[in-house]
Amino acid sequence: MQMPTPNADILARKGRIVARLQAVLPAGAVIHEERETKVYECDALTAYKCPPLCAVLPETTEQVAAAMRVCFEEGVPVVPRGAGTSLAGGALPTADCVILGVARLNDVIETDYDNRIIRVQAGRTNLSVTGAVEEDGFFYAPDPSSQLACAIAGNIAMNSGGAHCLKYGVTTNNLMGVKMVMADGEIIDIGGGHLDAGGLDLLGLICGSEGQLGIVTEATLRILAKPEGARPVLVGFDSNVVAGHCVSDIIKSGILPVAIEFMDRPCIRATEAFVGAGYPDCEALLIIEVEGAEAEINDQLSRIIAIAKRHNPVELRESGSEEESAKIWLGRKSAFGAMGRINDYMCLDGTIPVSELPLVLRRIAEMSKEYGLDVGNVFHAGDGNMHPLILFDANKEGDLEKCEALGADILRLCVEVGGCLTGEHGVGVEKRDLMGAQYTPEDLEVQLAVKDVFDPKWLLNPAKVFPLSVTEGRRA
Amino acid sequence: MTPTTEQELAEAVASATGPLRIQGGGTRDIGIPADGTVLSTSGLSGVSLYEPGAMTLVVQAGTPMAEIDALLAAQGQRLPFEPMDHRGLLGTTGTPTIGGVVAANVSGPRRIQVGAARDFALGVRFVDGSGQVLKNGGRVMKNVTGYDLVKLMAGSWGTLGVLSQVSLKVGAIPEVEATLVARGLDAANGIAALSGALGSPFDITGAAHLGPDTGGDDSETRIRFEGLAGAVAYRLGAMADRLGGDWTVVEGAASSTLWQQLRDVAPFADADIVWRLSVTPSSGPLISAMLAQNNLSHRAIFDWGGGLIWLAPDANALPDGGAKLIRAQMAALGGGHATLVKAPVTLRRELSVFEPEPPAIAALTTALRHKFDPRGILNPGLMGA
Repeated sequence: MQMPTPNADILARKGRIVARLQAVLPAGAVIHEERETKVYECDALTAYKCPPLCAVLPETTEQVAAAMRVCFEEGVPVVPRGAGTSLAGGALPTADCVILGVARLNDVIETDYDNRIIRVQAGRTNLSVTGAVEEDGFFYAPDPSSQLACAIAGNIAMNSGGAHCLKYGVTTNNLMGVKMVMADGEIIDIGGGHLDAGGLDLLGLICGSEGQLGIVTEATLRILAKPEGARPVLVGFDSNVVAGHCVSDIIKSGILPVAIEFMDRPCIRATEAFVGAGYPDCEALLIIEVEGAEAEINDQLSRIIAIAKRHNPVELRESGSEEESAKIWLGRKSAFGAMGRINDYMCLDGTIPVSELPLVLRRIAEMSKEYGLDVGNVFHAGDGNMHPLILFDANKEGDLEKCEALGADILRLCVEVGGCLTGEHGVGVEKRDLMGAQYTPEDLEVQLAVKDVFDPKWLLNPAKVFPLSVTEGRRA
Repeated sequence: MTPTTEQELAEAVASATGPLRIQGGGTRDIGIPADGTVLSTSGLSGVSLYEPGAMTLVVQAGTPMAEIDALLAAQGQRLPFEPMDHRGLLGTTGTPTIGGVVAANVSGPRRIQVGAARDFALGVRFVDGSGQVLKNGGRVMKNVTGYDLVKLMAGSWGTLGVLSQVSLKVGAIPEVEATLVARGLDAANGIAALSGALGSPFDITGAAHLGPDTGGDDSETRIRFEGLAGAVAYRLGAMADRLGGDWTVVEGAASSTLWQQLRDVAPFADADIVWRLSVTPSSGPLISAMLAQNNLSHRAIFDWGGGLIWLAPDANALPDGGAKLIRAQMAALGGGHATLVKAPVTLRRELSVFEPEPPAIAALTTALRHKFDPRGILNPGLMGA
């Protein structure tokens, strides 16, 4: 994976840049010693590492603006960082960049139950947003699996999803406003307690722009009343194809579960060996969760079970208690950890039309054989967001490259069948060079033109999202 | 001009020598009409793909809404965001199209629960101001590949590009619907009840308060429930108990009619001037009260739990249709945006139909328009300078 050659002129000016940043930020907010900048050398895509020039940790929007002004004047690239949990390398530094971390911006500014909104600083973690309102019966819906650690800032940058977005949508559907610092340090406000835009929908554009248009420092988020209850059912099938048909039939029936999760045999076996959730040893397993009052849950589950039974499941397990529900979810929630016990893995994030599920699973199995690398599949089946986990051995010469090549082939397949490269993780550096598989040069050019408007000097996260060859003339 | 293929559309834009007035069915005569050649997308019609089991629909932009509604209904599905039909309110004729719905980000009462047109738009194909065919997004429900220009196109009123195709997420028509109705509440108490409902776990899909002079004999506060029969019955009862007071139940077709009339703002069909305000819900009744205190007497319908105000100033309203006062009160009470949805063209030309933007935002908007439409030929001036 290629990154731009660091700008020697910037590296030579490190002392001055650090001093200027120190002059506008509180003591301890500029991290520049080599042993300390190492902390910021990568995010959750640990295969690629590079310590930044320095990192800054401002505590207020005004401090973010002050730091941005310095970087703008010095012409230094800025890589924004939430909690550093990106699986796509969204926060991967270059040697000549300043990492702008928002971790110290983590306050709740306002909770407003009458209007069902919460205003937070963007460094606050996803789960602690819910934590701030759950005693009063509310929650923040998007629930990426990293929600304990990941920051709202990163959620906005990547338009994060989660297991429950089939019903509640992803970040962009739950984001009502932002305060954002522009590349030149100007502070702007977009949206707020009201719905939709009065003019062009800039909020929709900013959400998912991977930190390339501005630094979001505050967010107004929609919160919802917690459902009265929730209960899953587990269904096992001896064929992926049949499981796929079952998903489609449930959706067609008009019932909207909050989650439909899918695991294949390699994943089931790995999680069984890891946590012993008592899953059946079968080809495909669905976990379907519904919400509501007790009678409503029973009503929905009985309809789902009737549909599932038409597809001759090898196992059908309805949860009868909180404990049983937790056990059904245990294996799914431990899936990544279980796969990680077997070997190193790379987690993909392509989305496909649900109808193409059987074809795509068959082709992945074939490719897995061709490459000689095992692939486990665990994903959000209701919305077609796949997470193939490719197992490889990082210590084995050439295995990472083989894994990357297989991953690229799988993602191209997702695009071929009408899907996309990434459903909720973002492009980052990981899928940057595959963008041409989904978009024509003209489709990409108009996106670059959008960045030109927000960040004319191309200082914000410049080496991400688009192939380097495409951005070459624009990057400083 | 009425091109019948995307290629013809692209050629029509590329070869244009002056401003173009972009139209779907021409039923949403909002904003400052551009002087120019009419370019209609009504010739780009038809369904490219419909997969009920994947909840996805891909259609040409000029496809009539009625065709889409019928197609989806045959499979027990619909467009959940409940797009308004503007013909009654604006007195227009013609055939509303899906392209118009997306281009104007048109939603209805259910927006408060499920989201707007922009939330259901999965992908777009469009022709930019240079005549290039571009695409963004796709036809899957989760997609973060590159910038989300789908959101930007939704609600851009044809000023960034001419939509040729849209992909949408669809949803199921519920088994039953029913509405709780209370009469005689004032706006403040009505909105407070709606706020209580929307803060409950009962999946409210409509929450509106209609002032006493908006069609009924008295004010009406409405709360809609949709879903499985058992669940709706349970939630209705639990909600009425929780709210207290006197609530009656309207079911089935009668309930649908109530919401369809509200969706289309039928009570204001006779008004000459109609504003649409999107505000923080609890500010809704305060803004209305402040306007009345400042001699802008008006009728008001509050949808979206109070956050959407349809406001019809009385005939002898201020010469500017209340523009200055409305926008000042709104800004003072939590912000939002006010659009002059209905007014004589002369008045529209004098006023900002769309909410004026702060300088920094206006600069971004102008620069974006210039990138998408360097010659400034797509509906120039429709959304303001």
